[in-house]
Amino acid sequence: MIAIENISKSFGNKKVLEDVSCEFDKGKINLIIGGSGQGKTVLMKCAVGLFEVDKGKVLYDGRNFSEMTFGERKPIRQEIGMLFQGGALFDSLTVEQNVTFPLKMFTNMTNAEKRDRANFCLHRVNLENVNHLLPSAISGGMKKRVAIARAIAMNPRYLFCDEPNSGLDPKTSILIDELIKEITEEYDITTVINTHDMNTVMSMGEKIIFIYKGKKFWEGNNEDIMRSENKELNDFVFASRWMQAVKKHF
Amino acid sequence: MKGTLFEIGRYFGFIKNLFYKPEKLSIYVRQVFREMVNLGIGSLWLVALTSAFMGAVITIQSAYNLVNPMVPLWAVGIVARDSIIIEFSPTIIMLVLAGKVGSSVASEIGTMRVTEQIDALEIMGINSSGYLVLPKIIAALLICPVVVIISMIVGITGGWVAGDLSGVVPSADYLKGIQNQFLPFNVTFAMIKTVVFAFIITSVPAYHGYYTSGGALEVGQSSTKGVVYSSILILIFDYLLTQLILA
Repeated sequence: MIAIENISKSFGNKKVLEDVSCEFDKGKINLIIGGSGQGKTVLMKCAVGLFEVDKGKVLYDGRNFSEMTFGERKPIRQEIGMLFQGGALFDSLTVEQNVTFPLKMFTNMTNAEKRDRANFCLHRVNLENVNHLLPSAISGGMKKRVAIARAIAMNPRYLFCDEPNSGLDPKTSILIDELIKEITEEYDITTVINTHDMNTVMSMGEKIIFIYKGKKFWEGNNEDIMRSENKELNDFVFASRWMQAVKKHF
Repeated sequence: MKGTLFEIGRYFGFIKNLFYKPEKLSIYVRQVFREMVNLGIGSLWLVALTSAFMGAVITIQSAYNLVNPMVPLWAVGIVARDSIIIEFSPTIIMLVLAGKVGSSVASEIGTMRVTEQIDALEIMGINSSGYLVLPKIIAALLICPVVVIISMIVGITGGWVAGDLSGVVPSADYLKGIQNQFLPFNVTFAMIKTVVFAFIITSVPAYHGYYTSGGALEVGQSSTKGVVYSSILILIFDYLLTQLILA
């Protein structure tokens, strides 16, 4: 479980997060939702330590991540897998080298073992015969799947996904969602997804945190959303006529 | 002023962060060799071409200026040799490399920053600055002295060929000149300068690339800043080292 306790973050005079507290449960898909510029990416980056919090703490199964030094954080970081919005694959490395990269850095596996593990992870994300291609030679959806394969290569306990569906067609988007769901259940990991894709929210939202103007405004699951009377949440989730119609008939 | 002090402080903080214990030494060593090929071998043709022509120009201009009958013609060889060894090869060639290597380092690291590849390294628990920048600096410190020595040889040879072909300095005079009153310390001085400049042309652009934020436009700006600041620092340190060591 990951616990966020009263964190605040400012950039210059601009307060981006203010006293946010929430918990991300183990074995569940935890969603952070909110409009653009409301602070959800900053919340995720604070949770993984890419931004230092001004106030508050982040606890990984009781371990206070925020107060640790760079060296002390290393063991926890090796338990974290992250899927970035654009994939963040290393341009100069092939697909296989991208997946084996963390194994090369942190394990003493032989080359054959690393290759086997890469093949296993790539197979798990339904990718075959792409091992020797460069990231520039594969599609956006494939890049996301390679990034998932890289994220699970080290058997992470925590998986963070920053807008995993952005820039993908609806079908590929659903495929990526299903893949993340399967991996979460299969490995019993704590998954946190940052999204504003309503498909993801409705199909996978076992726990949803709604961030509005840097504050946690609402918390619940995909069924609670349908019954919620929270104006800001409804304005965000049911912005389209189609979603309004869905709510009406619920 | 406050901004400049902030940049200087952040630069030294960045340099300090390079020296955390490497995650796996063997990978860093392999990276150093790869960077030596990129930075050194990849720049050889440019260095050779620039050195040959500059050597030729220095020789012909020296011959043109030394028209006094009291000055023997072989003095052109001395002037060309010392100009190339003390100033041209370590300073001008490193300025040329600041443009080529500096822009490549800053844009490579800047692109990695804006496409979140550096964040991906950090998430894995890798010291991103150490992994990306330290091998480049070590590679430059090792390969630049070799490149500069090659530049000296090619530059002096270029002067010899140009002097002989144009007929302004006969071959025998030039060869006599370059062997006359040779001070080995000049080469040591050139190597000291080269090592300092090698550190500057890799660390300064890497710093600008590492702290890029935004997109393609900002990567271009970082690349430009990296080249401009490293070129200015080379000139400042050239003066300081000359004052400290030769004066």
